[in-house]
Amino acid sequence: MAARIQIPAAAKRGEVIEVRILIQHPMETGYRVDHVGKPVPKNAIRTLTCRYNGVEILRAAMSPGIAANPYLQFCTVAEASGELEFSWTDDAGTQESARQPIVVSG
Amino acid sequence: MTRSPAIGAAALALALGAAVLPSGAAAQARPIPPDQVRSGVTFLAPDQRALQQDAFGNPGLLWVERGERLWREPAGAGGKSCANCHGDGAASMKGVAARYPVFDTKAGRLFNLEGRINECRTAHQGATPFPYESEALLSLTAYVAHQSRGMPLAVAIDGPARKHFESGEKLYTQRRGQLNLSCAQCHTDNWGRKLGPEPISQGHPNAYPLYRLEWQTLGSLQRRFRSCLSGIRAEMLPYGSPEYLDLELYVAWRAAGLEIETPGVRR
Repeated sequence: MAARIQIPAAAKRGEVIEVRILIQHPMETGYRVDHVGKPVPKNAIRTLTCRYNGVEILRAAMSPGIAANPYLQFCTVAEASGELEFSWTDDAGTQESARQPIVVSG
Repeated sequence: MTRSPAIGAAALALALGAAVLPSGAAAQARPIPPDQVRSGVTFLAPDQRALQQDAFGNPGLLWVERGERLWREPAGAGGKSCANCHGDGAASMKGVAARYPVFDTKAGRLFNLEGRINECRTAHQGATPFPYESEALLSLTAYVAHQSRGMPLAVAIDGPARKHFESGEKLYTQRRGQLNLSCAQCHTDNWGRKLGPEPISQGHPNAYPLYRLEWQTLGSLQRRFRSCLSGIRAEMLPYGSPEYLDLELYVAWRAAGLEIETPGVRR
C-alpha cells in the first residue's frame, strides 16, 4: 500500500498551509462477496493521525462508510521546519506510515 | 427509443461495407465522424472531470507511482529491471501507448501493453508473467501508458494487423447476450443519450487503465469489456483472450486522434 502527501515544500512562519493525503486502501465494508461467493472480510482504516514534529495535529476516526483509497484535506499553521508524519491502522492490524518534510522560513 | 436498432445496424453495416478498401486508416470510414469523436471524460460531471485532472488527487496516480517503482525493480533469473534495458521510462515509453495494440511481425501476433509487458518479463527477464488484472500488471501498464498522456491515439490497421482489425469490427457490431445488443448499438448509434440516469459514452479506450468509481480501483480495458458484456447478459470471455485483443485494436482505431488520459477517472 502506498500514500501520496502534498504540502507546500516551503512556507513562511505563521502561514496557514493546506495538507492533502491520498492513501491506497480497499476500505472493505465486510458486506461484499468475491467472485465465488465467499465473504470478503471487513478491512477499513480505523484511525489516522498526523504529527507535526512529534506533536499530534490531526486524529481521524474512520469507518467503512468512507470510499476506497481515502483522500483527506485539512489546514494547519506552519510553525517550524521539520516533517509531517502520518500513521494509520486498519482492521487487519496493519500499521503504516508516511512522512513529508517541510521547510519554514522567517 | 425513436431510432430502430435493426435499421441502425443495417445502415451501419452498409456504411462499413461500402468503405472497405484495401488501403489503411485514412480510407476507412469512421463510425463516428472525427469531428464528433469525444473522450469519455466529456460525459462526466464537473467534479469527476476535476478529479481526473487533479495532478495530486487522481487516485489512479497511486498505481502509476507503484508502476514507476516496479519499473526499476529487478525481476526474474537475470535480475534485470525494465530500466536496465529501457532506461528512464519517462523518455523511452513516451508515445508507446498511442500505437498499441500493435502487430509484432517477429512474434506473428497482436500485443496490447499488458501482453507486451508480460512478453518482456518471460522472454527478456526470465520472470513469470503477471496475472491479468493483478495490481502489479495494472501498475506497470498505467505507468507506461501515463508517459503518453496528451498524445493522440494512432494505431496501425493495415498489413498483418488488418485481419485482427476486421475481426474486432465484427465483434463490435455483432449482437450478443440475452439483451441481444452489439457494442455499436449503444456506443455508435446512441451515444449521448441516457441509459437509466447515465449518459452513454462513445466507448473510447484512451484513458485505460483507469480508475472507475464503481470498481473503487484501477481496471484494464478488458475489465471494462467484461463489465459491458455482463451488462447485456452475454458470456464473458476470459482475460487475455484473442477476441478481446482484436476488439482493443478496433476501438483504438475508432478513437484515433483522441488524447491519452491515463490514468482516467470514470463513473
